[in-house]
Amino acid sequence: MRLLSSRPVLFALQLLVAVAIIGIWHIGSTWKVPAGLISQKSFFLLDPFFFSTPVAVFERTWKDFATGVIWYHLGITLLETALAFAIGAAGGVVIGFWFARRRIVAAVFDPYVKMANALPRVVLAPIFALWLGLGIWSKVALGVSLVFFIVFFNVYQGVKEVSPTVLNNARMLGMSERQLLRHVYWPSALTWMFSSLHTSVGFALVGAVVGEYLGSAAGLGYRIHQAEGVFDVTGVFSGMLVLAVFVILIDAVVTVIENRLTVWRPTVPAGH
Amino acid sequence: MSGVGGLADATPVTGAPAAAELEGVRIAFPGSRPKDAPFVAVEGANLRVADGEFLAIVGPTGCGKSTLLNAAAGLLVPAAGNVRIFGAPLAGLNRQAGYLFQAEALFPWKTVLDNVSIGLEIAGVSAAEAKARSQDWLKRVGLGAFGERYPHMLSGGQRKRVGLAQVLIRDPKILLMDEPFGPLDAQTRQIMGNLLLDLWSLDRKAVMFVTHDLDEAIALADRVVIMSAGPASRIIGEWRVNLERPRDIAEVRLTPEFHALHREIWGALREEVVKGYRQTEGAA
Ligand SMILES: Nc1ncnc2c1ncn2[C@@H]1O[C@H](COP(=O)(O)OP(=O)(O)OP(=O)(O)O)[C@@H](O)[C@H]1O
Ligand SMILES: [Mg+2]
Repeated sequence: MRLLSSRPVLFALQLLVAVAIIGIWHIGSTWKVPAGLISQKSFFLLDPFFFSTPVAVFERTWKDFATGVIWYHLGITLLETALAFAIGAAGGVVIGFWFARRRIVAAVFDPYVKMANALPRVVLAPIFALWLGLGIWSKVALGVSLVFFIVFFNVYQGVKEVSPTVLNNARMLGMSERQLLRHVYWPSALTWMFSSLHTSVGFALVGAVVGEYLGSAAGLGYRIHQAEGVFDVTGVFSGMLVLAVFVILIDAVVTVIENRLTVWRPTVPAGH
Repeated sequence: MSGVGGLADATPVTGAPAAAELEGVRIAFPGSRPKDAPFVAVEGANLRVADGEFLAIVGPTGCGKSTLLNAAAGLLVPAAGNVRIFGAPLAGLNRQAGYLFQAEALFPWKTVLDNVSIGLEIAGVSAAEAKARSQDWLKRVGLGAFGERYPHMLSGGQRKRVGLAQVLIRDPKILLMDEPFGPLDAQTRQIMGNLLLDLWSLDRKAVMFVTHDLDEAIALADRVVIMSAGPASRIIGEWRVNLERPRDIAEVRLTPEFHALHREIWGALREEVVKGYRQTEGAA
C-alpha cells in the first residue's frame, strides 16, 4: 500500500489510465474490423466521423496553439471566469454577512433566496444576453448567478456556526462588535468560503462556457459551438481537450491558494 | 471549627467589597419547546470571593457550576438576585474578569502567539510590544518554542496553557476558571495545578475555580464551596482550607490535614453526586 501511494507511482498510474483510454480510442478509430469477422462489411469500432481520432485532435489542438488563434478565446474565457468569480464571491460575502448578522433580513428573504437558487441558470442565459448583449458581460452574469449562491450559503453558514465558546472568549477578551467581525466572524466565514473554493471557481467557468456556447462571438464555448455547427467532431474534441486542461490548471492554482490560506486547519494525514 | 479546615465564617469581616459577589442568584433557561416551563438551573445562590482569594467550586455534573461562572462573567443575566463586582452592580460583561472556558476557546485560525497577543492588541497595545509580551508569557507557561504553531498542532494540555496565557496576559483582577484541567490526565493536571499556583502567587488575583475533582479543589484553594445537585442548585457548604502556602499539589495531598478535610467535604458532597447522576439517568 505504501509503495502504491507514493507520488511518482501514483502519477505513473494516472498516466497509464490516459494512455489506455487514448490507446483504445486510437485503435478503435483507425483500425478497421475486417469484413466477415463480425459483420459482412469491414467497419471501425469507433467511427472517426463521430469520434474523430486522437492524432487528428492533437494535431488540431497543436495547430490552434501554433497559429495562436486559441489564445484569444482562452483569454476571453479566463477573463469571464475571473470576473464572474470576483463579483459573485464579493456579493456572496457581503450579503452572506448581512443575512447572518441580521436575523430579520434573513427571515424575510429566505423563501426568495431559495426560489432564486432553485432556478436552473440555463434559462437565465437568454435573458442575460438580452439585457447585457452578446459580449462578455452576459457570460459574467451567468457565472455570477452560480458563484454568488455557493459563496453566500457558505459565508452565511460560516458566520452562523462560529463556536459560541470562541465567541464568548473573544467577548471576554474585550473585543468590540467591529473587532469580533474582523477577528472572529470574518476568518470563520472565509474558512467556509475556501472550503467551497473549488466548487465556486468551477461554477464560474461553467457559467462562462455555457454562456459562450449559447450565444457569443468568442471564448472556448463559442469554439465548441462553432465546430458542432459544421459537424467538425475533431474541433469539438479539440475544444473539450483545451477546456479540460484549462480546468485542471485553474484547479491547481486554486489548490495552491487554498493551502496558503488555510495553514491553520488540521490536515488529514494522507494515505498511511 | 478548629484545625486546618472547617465551616467558614458566614461573613468575612473585611471592610473592602468582595471581588465578586453573587446574592440570591436565580438563573433559568427557556424550555426546549416554547410551551415548556423554564428550566431553573440555579436558585438562590450566594457566593462571594474576596480580593486575592482562591475559591474552588465543586459540585456534581450538571449542577450549574458553569452557569454560575457565566453569571459572574456577565455572559448570563440572572433572572433574580444581584451580581456585584468590587461592590458595583454588574451591567453587561464583566470587564475585570478573565475567563478560562471549559470547552475549546482558542481561535483556531490564529497562531499560538497571536492567540495570546490578541487581548493586548485589541486593547490598543502596539503590535510589536504585544508580540514581545506574548512571547514572554508563552515562556512562562513553558511554550516558548510553540509560538508559530496553530492550536490544532498542540496537545490538550498545551492548549490549556495557551488559554491560561491568553487570559492572564490581560492582567484581569478576577480569574474565572471552568474545569480548566478537566480533560487532562492526572500527571498533567498536577503540573498545570502547580503552574497555576506559581503564577497566582505572584499577584494573587481573586480566583473562582470550578472543578468536579475535590482533591484538586482542596489542593489549590483557600476556600471550597460545594453545590447541590440541580435543578435549582445552590451553594450548600463552605470550608476554609488552611493548608500552608506555597503548596505542592502532589505533596499536599499526602498530609493528614488534607485527608481530614477531604473526608469531611466528601461526606457532604457524596449524597449530591449520587443525586446528580440519578437525575441525569431519569432524564435520559
Ligand atoms: N443553554 C442552556 N439551555 C438550557 N439548559 C441549559 C443551558 N445551559 C445549561 N443548561 C442546564 O443547566 C444545568 C447546569 O449546566 P452547567 O453547564 O452550569 O453545569 P455544570 O455544573 O457546569 O456541569 P459540568 O460539570 O458537567 O460542566 C444543566 O442541567 C444544563 O442541562
Ligand atoms: Mg460546566
